Amino acid sequence: MDNTSPQPNQRDLLEVADFDQLFRALTSRGYEIFGPVARDGAIVYDRVASASDLPSGWTDEQNGGQYRLKRREDAALFGYAVGPHSWKKFLFPPVRRLWEAKREGNSFRIFADSPAPAKRAFLGVRSCELHAIAVQDKVFLGGAYIEPGYKTHRENLFVVAVNCSVAGGTCFCVSMNTGPQATFGYDLALTEVVSGGRHHFVMHAGTPLGAEVLREVRHRGATDGETREADEIVARTAQHMGRQMDTSGIKELLYRNYEHPRWQDVAARCLTCANCTMVCPTCFCATVEDVTDLSGEHAERWLKWDSCFTKDFSYIHGGSIRATTKSRYRQWMTHKLATWIDQFGSSGCVGCGRCITWCPVAIDITEEVRAIRDTEAAGPRASKAEQV
Amino acid sequence: MIDPLEPIIEKHVFFQGLEKRHIQFIAGCAKNVVFAEGAVVFHEGDPADLFYFVREGLVAIELLVPHRGFTTLQTVGAGDVLGWSWLLPPYRWRFGARTTQPTRALAFDAKCLRAKCEDDHDLGYELYKRFSRVIAERLEATRLQLLDLYGVGA
Amino acid sequence: MASGLDSRAGAAPPAPVVPVAVPIERVRKDTHDTFTLDLVPPAGFSFVPGQFNMLYLFGAGEVPISISGDPAETSTIQHTIRAVGTVTSALTRLKKGDTIGMRGPFGSPWPLAEAAGKDCLIVGGAIGLAPLRPVIYRILAEREKYRRVVILYGSRTHEDILYARELEHWRGKFDLDIQLTIDYGGPLWRGNVGVVTTLIARAPIDPANTIALVCGPEVMMRFTWMELQSSGIPPERVYLSMERNMKCAVGFCGHCQFGPTFVCKDGPVFRLDRIAAIFGKPEI
Repeated sequence: MDNTSPQPNQRDLLEVADFDQLFRALTSRGYEIFGPVARDGAIVYDRVASASDLPSGWTDEQNGGQYRLKRREDAALFGYAVGPHSWKKFLFPPVRRLWEAKREGNSFRIFADSPAPAKRAFLGVRSCELHAIAVQDKVFLGGAYIEPGYKTHRENLFVVAVNCSVAGGTCFCVSMNTGPQATFGYDLALTEVVSGGRHHFVMHAGTPLGAEVLREVRHRGATDGETREADEIVARTAQHMGRQMDTSGIKELLYRNYEHPRWQDVAARCLTCANCTMVCPTCFCATVEDVTDLSGEHAERWLKWDSCFTKDFSYIHGGSIRATTKSRYRQWMTHKLATWIDQFGSSGCVGCGRCITWCPVAIDITEEVRAIRDTEAAGPRASKAEQV
Repeated sequence: MIDPLEPIIEKHVFFQGLEKRHIQFIAGCAKNVVFAEGAVVFHEGDPADLFYFVREGLVAIELLVPHRGFTTLQTVGAGDVLGWSWLLPPYRWRFGARTTQPTRALAFDAKCLRAKCEDDHDLGYELYKRFSRVIAERLEATRLQLLDLYGVGA
Repeated sequence: MASGLDSRAGAAPPAPVVPVAVPIERVRKDTHDTFTLDLVPPAGFSFVPGQFNMLYLFGAGEVPISISGDPAETSTIQHTIRAVGTVTSALTRLKKGDTIGMRGPFGSPWPLAEAAGKDCLIVGGAIGLAPLRPVIYRILAEREKYRRVVILYGSRTHEDILYARELEHWRGKFDLDIQLTIDYGGPLWRGNVGVVTTLIARAPIDPANTIALVCGPEVMMRFTWMELQSSGIPPERVYLSMERNMKCAVGFCGHCQFGPTFVCKDGPVFRLDRIAAIFGKPEI
């Protein structure tokens, strides 16, 4: 990956008062900017036009099945972890038309849709999210075919990453080697420092384009002390992870334990609501829907997010292969942590913790792995009745 | 003098592992039989005094269903054993058997073998072991038929 | 190049998500619920045995259908379809001259190269014979490459036997062994009655040098594997054609996942030893 910049270790300092210049620099180059906004009780990703749109002074409190916004004592712009949205909603939209077809006599013609290329900037991408984007890159761009819609959205993307200064209550990026320090995949990365009356960002340009944009923003070189301070913030974040997952031999662990009774335990709690798959930044399952209008002359095919938790996800003539809740939860977790590795060469989990936070019954993927690992030696218990 | 049927019986997978004296006894109870196509091997309800080892051809195991006529449930062919009702009282055939091709078989005197099995439990055990396997295989095959795997919605 | 995007990405072709509208050349009724469509493919279309197309019925939906014809014959492409759901039932109403959407071919092929020099044991159940027919054509077209060829085919009743005329024609060849069986006997049937697995022990093959190609309902394939195993054929020489829910057919939608495999691109033909750990496991 081409990550060179004129001085690779050069760190610069941007004062918060000048942060709007970054918006102007991007807008003047034709970028539409997406970033965090506080809305509906959460920090979500949407269009942002200036620094005043950002969730200044907000942080989040997260735990299993819990998410709450809380006021900070300072005016940090990025002082939260992650919310229910991930960047996949822009790169891999939840609903997208693939093509439309029109009847022509006894035949029909199909007109493919292609998303209009657009210049977009993502502002506030966490390290775990950079990894998640890379994971989806492998899914949609790294195989025998490329997903053309994803490729279009992925091009002309300007990424401003944020090194986390706050560890989320359900975060475990350290366990998954995906953060909190952003190490690749960005044009600019920033570490926010709010301390003793100062409020600035220590910046790093990850690409020549990032360096170019930074040149249009008032900044100065960061001192060694300032750089150290920023690095210490991130190091502290790494010490305060809300969760932990032992990933040693995890693929083999899950492959060995398809019949572990723990799956039945979690099935007794799981509602198959599919929240986890919707908030997960790497889940990519989709369905296609063929629709026609009342005249029958015009048909369309739409691509929509889907979830392996739905009962008819695995339906074939007459019934579903994975009829029970147990099999569906097992499918999701085994895919995310084990079969994904065989399919794409890396874990599908980036340790963002969203699935834990947004599960209405607080099922915790780290706890489930621990339970299987710890009780594996105990051997299978007598099987209980299946929950359908 | 060696019974000409001895080598045939000895060679076959079904009888493998039996002691020589048992093979000899069984050979003594056996005879070659030939059926033309469409011949009745036994009727449902007949006393099960013989059982068969098909050497060549095809035999349909059938049942007379009043409004459907004779319905074939399964066929057995070369290398298969035909009949186990001889093992269990009341020693009567529960189904009929009719050839659908010219068939050659070995027929075994069931009455004689039953008496010998009572006498010689070793022989009895060996035969029952082998027949249990046949019955289990037939049951498994029947269960698969029951599933109607090729029906719609299978 | 965008930040973080591997510069090698995008070298692969875009996924074929848009069907091509093709005319129906012929519709043939095979049995009471099964029919074969001959489609005129776009120029340059070719396939290998075992592959499938996604067939689109305007406004109704798309289904994966195995290509069931001769790969050497590409002026029309044959698909044998059983009416089991909404789309397939709607497909039964098509006639010659109608238009249908087609995209493909997709999927992994039957192992013709691996079968060379070996006895070929082909075991089909019901519509499972359709994905096997192309490989039978190829084997017969180069008969000298293979040793004994045995086809075992099980159907529900004798009226459900697919490609009956063709089977009769093949049976007439001296260098081919075909055994048919049906699950439910009828008054007009003088042949084998019983599940197809019962024919395996009698098949005139050398298990030490046999490759088995199996296609049919999953339970039938499980029991077939047990019989093949008893006969001494190892899982590295047994190939199955699996089936799962499919939507995109190109490995993006996730529906067809079977353990770590995607049936649409890692399958549908699988060498059994590669899926032995999950094959037959409930609800995988």
